Amino acid sequence: MQYLRQVWTVAAKDLRSELRTKEALNASLSFALVILLLFSFAFDPTAEMTREISGGLLWLVFAFAGALLLNRSFARELENDCLDVLVTSPVPASALFLGKTVANWLLLLGIEIVCLPVFGVFYNVDWARQPAWLAVVLLLATWGITVIGTMFSALTVNLRLRELMLPMLVYPMLIPCLMAAMQLTTALVAGQAPTGDQLAWLRMLVGFDIIFTALSVTLVETVLIG
Amino acid sequence: MREKILYALGAAAALLLARNIWVMLTGLPDEAFQGAIFRIIFFHVPAAFTCFLCFFVALISSIGYLKAGRMHWDALAVSTTEVGLAFGAANLISGMIWARIIWGIWWTWDWRLTSMLVCWLLYAGYLVLRRAVEEPAQRARLSAVLSILSFTVVPFVFFSIKWFRTQHPQPVLYGEGKMDSAYRAMLYGNWVPLLLIAVILIAVRMQQEKRAREIDALRREAHAF
Repeated sequence: MQYLRQVWTVAAKDLRSELRTKEALNASLSFALVILLLFSFAFDPTAEMTREISGGLLWLVFAFAGALLLNRSFARELENDCLDVLVTSPVPASALFLGKTVANWLLLLGIEIVCLPVFGVFYNVDWARQPAWLAVVLLLATWGITVIGTMFSALTVNLRLRELMLPMLVYPMLIPCLMAAMQLTTALVAGQAPTGDQLAWLRMLVGFDIIFTALSVTLVETVLIG
Repeated sequence: MREKILYALGAAAALLLARNIWVMLTGLPDEAFQGAIFRIIFFHVPAAFTCFLCFFVALISSIGYLKAGRMHWDALAVSTTEVGLAFGAANLISGMIWARIIWGIWWTWDWRLTSMLVCWLLYAGYLVLRRAVEEPAQRARLSAVLSILSFTVVPFVFFSIKWFRTQHPQPVLYGEGKMDSAYRAMLYGNWVPLLLIAVILIAVRMQQEKRAREIDALRREAHAF
């Protein structure tokens, strides 16, 4: 119980400081919109075409926007040696990590909720035909992105070229998660409820989240404290 | 002494390899459906085994480093990862050559091929990460964590041909695989020289890491005065 309160305290702190400065949030959101715009030049944005690749398009946008957000997650704490204070505080490293993950998760979900209607308007797609399933996929896959991203944010926080290292390490790791999310989202945007094959993708998404959450929680203490 | 052993192992590997290639070309008949090109399997599959074995040793030594904190575990992890990457590249390239002949294309976005490429890229990222960290203990710690995270892909690559419908040929060694015993003997027989080469490369690479640590220590000592 106390552990959960610690997680929430860290998450609330991160959310509060992000919502007050909006530095990563603004950058991330405008970047997402720019990419949405750029995709319209990459292919002929007819409704038919867009429906076929909607999953891939959306998740690439979310993954790119997420990397900007996650870059700042631990780097923000470098100023005034905040990271050292956090690490030496009585909060265990795993609670610190989970708190930051929850904050990033909520922020990235916020960006996604803004992007989806914009996508629907620009590309003339009625994306909300399976709202409940789409919400499940968004929640699960976004957790996958943020749990891996926050872990690597902690891993790369003290490195030279931090901003370059993070995406280079995160994207290959995320491929199973993104692939499942893309397949599911494409089907859901087209209005099909998940069946057979798609349920297997959903299982993979759940498995991915469980495996990497467990691994990260176990290893994060080594990364932050050593 | 140590160097003599390595030279002897190298000579043994070269001899075995020469003998195997001779038998492959003269002793074994062409495969019924694929013709001569099928012989690439004698390098393709053992290279993959060697690659995964290297990554597995890297996983063990990464855990070993995190448990014990001794730098030679880190040296073993980086050496095996580098050698594993070389054999992974051999596996990918030999597979592409085979695919060009049999399928008519160099590459297809099939589960097995894609997951192997992802695995390769992850471990390449491990080497890039090492470059970016100056301090040896921090480098060892962070890269050990990355190595453990990266290993999650390896079982995925291995079993992808069972779990998904793929274009890649089904396994011929385990499960329902069937392969003529002469071919099978050659496949395992050719794994031996490849493993020997891997062991030699890892030993040389570990020696280099040890020297680099010694030079680093001397340099620090010189700066201390």
